[in-house]
Amino acid sequence: MGLENLLTHKRSTILKKWSDVVIETYPPETAAFLKRQKDRFANPVGSVVFQGLEDIFGELLQGIDYERVSAFLDNIIRIRAVQDFSPSHAIAFIFLLKKVIREELKKEIKENGLSKELLALESRIDELALLAFDIFMQCREKIYELKAMELNNQTYSLLKKAKLIIDLEEQESCPNGDNTKNL
Amino acid sequence: MAVQKPEELSKIDYKPPKTSWMDTPAELRKDMFCWGNKEKSLKTVGFPNARAWSVADEDWKLPENWKEIFLEGLKERLSKYRSFQLFMDICVRCGACADKCHFFIGGGDPKNMPVLRAELLRSIYRNYFTTSGKMLGKVAGARELTYNVLKELWYYAYQCTECRRCSLFCPYGIDTAEVTILVRELLNLLGLNIEWIAGPVANCWRTGNHMGLLPHTLRDTVDSFQADLETITGVKVDYSFNRKGAEILFVNPSGEFFDPVGNITFMGYMLLFHEIGLDVTLSTYVSEGGNFGFFTSNEMAKRLHSKVYAEAKRLKVKWIIGGECGHMWRVWHQYHNTWYGPVDFLKEPVSPITGTKFENAKSNKIVHICEFTADLIKHGKIKLDPSRNDNYKVTLHDSCNVSRGMGMLEEPRDIIKSVCNNFYEMPPNTIRENTFCCGSGSGLNASENMELRMRGGLPRANAVNYVRDKFGVNTLANICQIDRAALQALMNYWAPDVVVRGVHELVGNALVLKGEKERTTDLRGEPLPGKEAK
Ligand code: SF4
Ligand code: SF4
Repeated sequence: MGLENLLTHKRSTILKKWSDVVIETYPPETAAFLKRQKDRFANPVGSVVFQGLEDIFGELLQGIDYERVSAFLDNIIRIRAVQDFSPSHAIAFIFLLKKVIREELKKEIKENGLSKELLALESRIDELALLAFDIFMQCREKIYELKAMELNNQTYSLLKKAKLIIDLEEQESCPNGDNTKNL
Repeated sequence: MAVQKPEELSKIDYKPPKTSWMDTPAELRKDMFCWGNKEKSLKTVGFPNARAWSVADEDWKLPENWKEIFLEGLKERLSKYRSFQLFMDICVRCGACADKCHFFIGGGDPKNMPVLRAELLRSIYRNYFTTSGKMLGKVAGARELTYNVLKELWYYAYQCTECRRCSLFCPYGIDTAEVTILVRELLNLLGLNIEWIAGPVANCWRTGNHMGLLPHTLRDTVDSFQADLETITGVKVDYSFNRKGAEILFVNPSGEFFDPVGNITFMGYMLLFHEIGLDVTLSTYVSEGGNFGFFTSNEMAKRLHSKVYAEAKRLKVKWIIGGECGHMWRVWHQYHNTWYGPVDFLKEPVSPITGTKFENAKSNKIVHICEFTADLIKHGKIKLDPSRNDNYKVTLHDSCNVSRGMGMLEEPRDIIKSVCNNFYEMPPNTIRENTFCCGSGSGLNASENMELRMRGGLPRANAVNYVRDKFGVNTLANICQIDRAALQALMNYWAPDVVVRGVHELVGNALVLKGEKERTTDLRGEPLPGKEAK
């Protein structure tokens, strides 16, 4: 049996183990909640993570479509980028898949001489990790951009109120965009 | 953060340590906390321990006897508020509230579970005020109040938006928001506030609104709205400030004078008042309905609140209408009567247009603008063209204070359904009493804590995403100025195509004025459906 067949065959076990180790990157009380609560609105993080890992695994099996997989990665990373993770821990979940696969298919890989195929798969996973890093950076940049925009708009509004700026610049204050501080 | 060695970094099967919460000291993370208060902000209102300090510093420059002050303050409040004493005693740690807080759901930090958030203080209470705690210490869930524990209390008191979602699920009715409110009050005894709250409180006390806008600035601002409205509708709407003898005083959150989204909501009110010929005045002295004092201490909330009635008395108005604001209504609905009882120098509010008596406002004499407008619509007193809002597929974010806090659930919906043709609800466990907080309430809508805001708002944004994907929703309506300012950033991060609008912006678009010209744009100057440039 080739590696891909093996992965398909053991899909649910691998996915279960992968999601378990990913969820365990959270503190124990949190991990218990993320696993227990199945309602996607009461537990958005859990449901996005479970769904996201499944989607990403599917891509690895089917052949990667980079646009699609970026969206799947984004769903998970956008969340981890605002949680208590260092950058490395935020994207470590990708590497955890390597570990799970090696552990789960250790015997079969050895018996069927699949280490070359395994290496190929692992480099695909590495590519995902690179993609993940870019996405993580974009999310963090977005946060800083939102901060900066709020502060800029605040300053702008103050200057305008103080009549230090004339209305010609009105167009630049876009009510649809990031608005000023409200209070 | 300490520099990690490569071999540590590659230990990718990272699992956080399994220590009990008491043995896990809080790490105060930048992006999560707001800047500490400035010296001058505390001085203005005579708050204790006014000094320059920084959250990131080791030394918070506390008075030598800080512990004594804190514990004395705690003791005093335990005897003053029976509910507080109960909240300290009766929690059975059943966990029903644990997973109901948006900060926990979105962020995953266990100390944001409401039960643990309250436990941060309860453990201190036990240690100093209960026999079991005094004798058994940690075994009885008690711990000493140390400098680090104080910092932890501060950190998590400013990670609770006092939204009360958790209390909805507590079988004993324990309100963790009230616990946070009192923790903040205790911290204020030591001069430990955040500038985003302390600054507006000082401005409001001195000038009458959060930004410190002076009377002439307010007048200029409303003048510019008047000019914009005339351009859009061809009608010059009138307004007045400080007009003695007007029937009604209108009090709104000052963010509406300042924030572009709020501006448009305010323009909606102006059109409405003009159209029905309401005898209403604004005030430059009480140009703020939002009461940030409520986020510092009961006393400060009262001081700011009483200004509204002093002005109503001075102007000799009969009653008050309040604008689209969140916590302003919480103060009015849940605290006003305890503080002051019925107001005797104002009249019971009756709509001059429909004759409706607002019985619910019998005591405090203030009517919510949405109640007022919904009543007008119900009686067919205004002409509406909802097709002008046809570019918008709308959903409603129930603001915590108005929905869960005061039970106003139908009025904003009734209004939206009359002024828009496309309205879609988010899933039931995310709206009405169950609504998820914007993640920025109770004075946490600063910019430096953006990460906190994004995680706190995640459950709300997740539900918005659902209706966006399912029905093509592109408009998030709400009736709170903090929402209007904070939710747009939240949408930009989680649901980029969704635009935030006040309910009275939608009213203003749909309202057909007597003598108006053919409108080509909405109140933001964007083309109406069918009027796009060819
Ligand atoms: S009041 Fe709201 S923010 Fe505070 S603990 Fe309860 S759910 Fe969380
Ligand atoms: S639901 Fe009430 S009793 Fe149960 S843990 Fe929460 S606060 Fe305590």
